[in-house]
Amino acid sequence: MDTGGAGYREVKTVTNHDRQPQGEPGGDRLLPGSASLAVLLIVFIILSLLTLFSIMRGGTGHVASDAGGTKAFSPIDFPEIDFDRELMPEVADGGAADAEGTYLVRQSLAYEDYFPCTDCHAEMEVNRERRQLEEMHDDIELNHGPADRWCFDCHNPDDRDSLRLANGTLIGFDESYRLCGQCHGTIFRDWREGIHGRREGYWNGAKSYLLCAHCHNPHAPHFQAIEPLPPPVRPQFLRATAEEVHDE
Amino acid sequence: MSDADRDRANQGDGFERSVDRRALLISTGLTAMAAVSASVAGASTGFVERLLRTRFTELSPERKAEILADLEREYSERYARTVTVADTPPMDGVEFAYGLDIARCVGCRRCVYACVHENNQSRDPQIHWIRVLRMEKERGIELAESTAYYEPELVPEPDAFYLPVACQQCRNPACVKVCPVKATWQEPDGIVVIDSDWCIGCRCCMSACPYGARHFNWTEPTIPSAELNPDTHYLGNRPRPKGIVEKCTFCIHRTRKGRYPACVEICPVGARKFGNLLDETSEMRYLMREKRVFVLKEELNTRPRFYYFYAT
Amino acid sequence: MVQDIFSFVVGSARLALRGGRLYYAWLAVLGLLVVWGATAWWQQITQGLIVTNMRDQVSWAFYIGNFTFLVGVAAAAVMLVIPAYIYDWKPIKEIAIFGELLAVSAIVMCMLFVLVDVGRPDRAWHLMPFFGSLNLPSSLLGWDVLVLNAYLVLNVVIVGHLLFTGFHKRPYRRRFVVPLLLFSIPAAVGIHTVTAFVYAGVAARPFWNSAILAPRFLASAFCSGPAILLILFQILRRTTSIEIKNEAIWKIAELMAYAMFLNLFLFGAEIFREYYSNTHHLIHTQYLFSGIHGHRALVPFAWASLTASVIAFLLFLVPATRRNLVTLNLGCLLIYSGVYIEKGMALVIPGMTPDTLGEFYEYVPTLTEVRIGAGIFAIGFLVFTVLCKIAIPILQESEDPEEEELPQAEAALP
Repeated sequence: MDTGGAGYREVKTVTNHDRQPQGEPGGDRLLPGSASLAVLLIVFIILSLLTLFSIMRGGTGHVASDAGGTKAFSPIDFPEIDFDRELMPEVADGGAADAEGTYLVRQSLAYEDYFPCTDCHAEMEVNRERRQLEEMHDDIELNHGPADRWCFDCHNPDDRDSLRLANGTLIGFDESYRLCGQCHGTIFRDWREGIHGRREGYWNGAKSYLLCAHCHNPHAPHFQAIEPLPPPVRPQFLRATAEEVHDE
Repeated sequence: MSDADRDRANQGDGFERSVDRRALLISTGLTAMAAVSASVAGASTGFVERLLRTRFTELSPERKAEILADLEREYSERYARTVTVADTPPMDGVEFAYGLDIARCVGCRRCVYACVHENNQSRDPQIHWIRVLRMEKERGIELAESTAYYEPELVPEPDAFYLPVACQQCRNPACVKVCPVKATWQEPDGIVVIDSDWCIGCRCCMSACPYGARHFNWTEPTIPSAELNPDTHYLGNRPRPKGIVEKCTFCIHRTRKGRYPACVEICPVGARKFGNLLDETSEMRYLMREKRVFVLKEELNTRPRFYYFYAT
Repeated sequence: MVQDIFSFVVGSARLALRGGRLYYAWLAVLGLLVVWGATAWWQQITQGLIVTNMRDQVSWAFYIGNFTFLVGVAAAAVMLVIPAYIYDWKPIKEIAIFGELLAVSAIVMCMLFVLVDVGRPDRAWHLMPFFGSLNLPSSLLGWDVLVLNAYLVLNVVIVGHLLFTGFHKRPYRRRFVVPLLLFSIPAAVGIHTVTAFVYAGVAARPFWNSAILAPRFLASAFCSGPAILLILFQILRRTTSIEIKNEAIWKIAELMAYAMFLNLFLFGAEIFREYYSNTHHLIHTQYLFSGIHGHRALVPFAWASLTASVIAFLLFLVPATRRNLVTLNLGCLLIYSGVYIEKGMALVIPGMTPDTLGEFYEYVPTLTEVRIGAGIFAIGFLVFTVLCKIAIPILQESEDPEEEELPQAEAALP
């Protein structure tokens, strides 16, 4: 539908209708579109501004107040964790220059507890009967294949300061990995190569390992769950948490 | 305008003085370019002095030493500590690779905070180079359903596994390709580095990185002086300015001296492995032989140096 | 020669500074917006980009969205050039210069939006070839910097020459200008293609990493840029004595109709690919059109944009509504809104939501970002207004060369 009226049909013959004559701005030849254009533009601008300011809400969106990531933590908040990780002196000395690689194992935790065991057990009678311990060491929860294993499968009944391998060889607690490796051969191989367990030191030189027992309680070896450190700050809280600290 | 000029102007094709045409073109062009350059370059202090400085990699050794000394002085003053900024070059015959055992990772995030401690990341606003994603065991690796904000009492949760993600030091890095000023590049030992004094903060690299590994300093980063790690590398963990991009550098200040990265050493379950891929006896080669490794988003052909594996 | 240039510059300044109350009121409003934006920008300079709502998860947003849209507007000047000089169609040739002026203003705005987006504008000189280290041929943003500057210079030279010769009542040098004008056609296609490639080349963002992104950009640019011009022409012929025939407007509208069809068709092709193949990449389109996990911020805008584009297309398609200025203007505003949303929010944000690691961060601009954006738009309008103010009298006079130069220019001012 052509709502332009007579003016448009004359366009081909006379050109005056679609051009403002000079010196007559805003003259009597107002085109139908002009006023509506002004209206349209004004409505458009108002709607745009309304839309813009309506989407510019502040706030943090769909995050529950107790959800993770609303507070910023840093390493200093966890003094119980040693982030500096001092190397064993021999490893630090060996360094990267140690082409052969010094491979040291950190000291067994057993040496910190009851050692030497013979203090009590040297004179004590050996009771090889499989039982629940009641007088001493009743705090030990045995959950290491309990159907098939108990204390004397690993501990040497004749000398409690040592551990006994299946073929009778006696080893110290600092070599306990040999004992574990008898049954857990693939893990032992991975551990030797460095794939299993944590190592510290130089990727091209001296390193220190941990014993199996450092991470796995040999009596109940299942790795215990630990408390995680806090999650990162969510992006919508990044500025708020930064300013919080700045204001303190 | 004079009559003579007008007469000339009315001749045929216009005036023929080629000098004028050239002069017009040059003057207009120069004016435009000057206006554009001025608006683009902005005004800043030390503009002239920085104008004389080129990219770090293109500097002479003497000039580099000067700059490093300047930086050490600046940081030492600012943090009231003795800060060293090294420029340790890559070792010959070394290509780093990283292994992450997802059978072992328990999602404890100690690696995240050890990295923050070691690499002088801003405490507020908080920047973390490592992001640990929690996935559901039943769904496998599905990034859209993962979350980095898990906060259970204890980890690991029985129905979840965890995937830490940081810079993969890709062999075909998209970030290096898109940087308009060559502020980021891959070093011969495989580490993708950023020159924090050259980056303009356009964040093209952040768009291009498929692993969300790059992080921006949205404002001036802050590290309490007591928490600063004073042993730094120019391309790595030295204190960064605001308005530039940063990311994991495989602890370049440690690994180029042979030491393990901080995340490797702190992981309580030993899930992180690191070494020289060119060394057949390295733990990395062992794990690639014995365990099955995979990489994230391999269809993007980034060929990462960061291998995830599953050791039973 | 230098004398001529000097008098041209002085004369232009005089033309720009002579105006009625409406003109100065308009300049004052724009000036206020510029100040409003500049103070916000200062905040951003001192505090850093943290005053925006961009974060690592959505690292490009309002500024880059506007930049992308405005590159399209700048490229669309070519819409006027093609028919004017290739088909030698007189009604458009007279007004093609306004397309060039719009292109200049748009490119200035583009560069300003990039300047406010980078973290270190004081290091922007690193982008210069030779002095800095512009990463060609590898970096698409590097190419973008090059071609945008080249396009700006090209347009300034063309406009400068036309106005300079017009000012001095000489005919312009066809052998100089026409090749440049013809070159500006591939240049315009070039700037928009390169900008599209900045997005399309990013494999990490599957929403962008599509072969038809560049054609979509061009199609939507050819809709939105001329839409602005059509409205501007109507304002110009109402407020000044410049002559703009309805036929010119209708021809442009007709060409826009073709562009709109292509825009919708390519969009349809993209939608088909996403929904039918139903890969993981669909999640971005779903976020845009239906929302995911309760994140629905963009959904109303996506649908509004689509509806506006379709209605505009119909209005432009039907000759009756195309020729009726009321529906034409409605169509122009609709397609402008549709493409603005499509190139801004509906391109940059869904490309980054969810981010590469699957996180949903819903971005909305802050007041600071909007203020800076408003300031930049005001600068663009300012540039365009001043350029028109200079150009119109000159164009008028060049049609009536026997009258006196300056008084005529003054009489032509509203």
